[in-house]
Amino acid sequence: MASEAQGAETGGLEFHPMDQFNIESLFGGPIAWYTPTNAALWMGLAILAVIGLMVLTTTKRSVVPSRGQSVAELAYGFVYKMVEDVSGKDGVVYFPYIMTLFMFIVCANFLGLIPMSFTTTSHFAVTVVLAMAVFLTVTALGFVKNGTKFLGLFWVSSAPLALRPILAIIEVISYFVRPVSHSIRLAGNVMAGHAVIKVFAGFAAIAVVSPIAIAGIVAMYALEILVSFIQAYVFTILTCVYLKDALHPSH
Amino acid sequence: MATDTHSAAEASGPGMPQLDFSTWGNQIFWLVITLVVIYLILSRVALPRIASVLAERQGTITNDIAAAEDLKAKAQDAEAAYDKALIDARAEAGRIVAETKAGIQADLDKAIATADTKIATKAAEGEKVIAEIRAGALDNVKVVAKDTAKEIVAAMGGKADAKSITAAVTARMKG
Repeated sequence: MASEAQGAETGGLEFHPMDQFNIESLFGGPIAWYTPTNAALWMGLAILAVIGLMVLTTTKRSVVPSRGQSVAELAYGFVYKMVEDVSGKDGVVYFPYIMTLFMFIVCANFLGLIPMSFTTTSHFAVTVVLAMAVFLTVTALGFVKNGTKFLGLFWVSSAPLALRPILAIIEVISYFVRPVSHSIRLAGNVMAGHAVIKVFAGFAAIAVVSPIAIAGIVAMYALEILVSFIQAYVFTILTCVYLKDALHPSH
Repeated sequence: MATDTHSAAEASGPGMPQLDFSTWGNQIFWLVITLVVIYLILSRVALPRIASVLAERQGTITNDIAAAEDLKAKAQDAEAAYDKALIDARAEAGRIVAETKAGIQADLDKAIATADTKIATKAAEGEKVIAEIRAGALDNVKVVAKDTAKEIVAAMGGKADAKSITAAVTARMKG
């Protein structure tokens, strides 16, 4: 109601930049935990995208790859090399988990760029679960693999003895801030870009500024394509870094 | 609090649907399903398949490189054999040239010898003929000298007998 009144005041200009993030039930009715929503729909489409990209393209298993197969191989090689380089040889066993995160985020981000689509990774509910899954797994793994030596991660043995307790406090705080920054970075970037595009689209209703607004949408869209990939990459490489800390906690 | 945010988000633009915690359970439920499905697809189907393709390609490349090295060695062997054949052929050619030269030289020597013999025979024959001619000439000279001497003596009004004239001519000719 309020927005309608506001819209009437500003002469047809209506800004609902956040409406695109609304969770809606696909078939109406209240949203319970099991209700199929637009979020569920676009997550399902992300699954289909992963199948299309990684499974259907590789059915021929050709030694000389087709275009689709080389994309799948590039994605595989990209993440595999990242895990190997950042986490070390013993991190390679966790490659399928990291690949799952990467493929989900990258597919969801790019599906979200389709006009009128819903971007699942713009929601904190999604990114917090992803980040907490990484944080809890990595912490548990650190203690299982290294026992109490894992706490050496917070004890900077190369620093002067007097500074070590202070550094330890800083290290502990930064360790627990990791899942927060990890999740907010992804959702924040995606959400901000989509909201800005929506704001530009709102301005496009005014004839005078519409060329600028549309140019702005095009520019933002190009930037969003970049952000979609880079945020998936950043999320994945940070996961690898955290995994490395868990496997080799010594500073 | 959550419901407040929810209603605010539904009512107006500025609210953040992200902070509407009433939908979190739903999203988390579907997200977990999605992640499990993607994990199963990747770990059971896609990743082993791509890994096997990459390994196979690596194997093919390694085999091809080995085969290429093999062929290179063969080519080098062939080149060495060719060079050897070339050297042999050169030696053979040299030998044939020398042989032919020697043969020609022998023929030549033989022909020269034959020619020399023939020349010598001819020369001897010639000398013989010359000697005969010379002998013939001496006799003729004797006869002519005797006749001339007889005629001269006769012309001088002498009367010379043949015996003394012959003796005189012979004595003169010897001198």
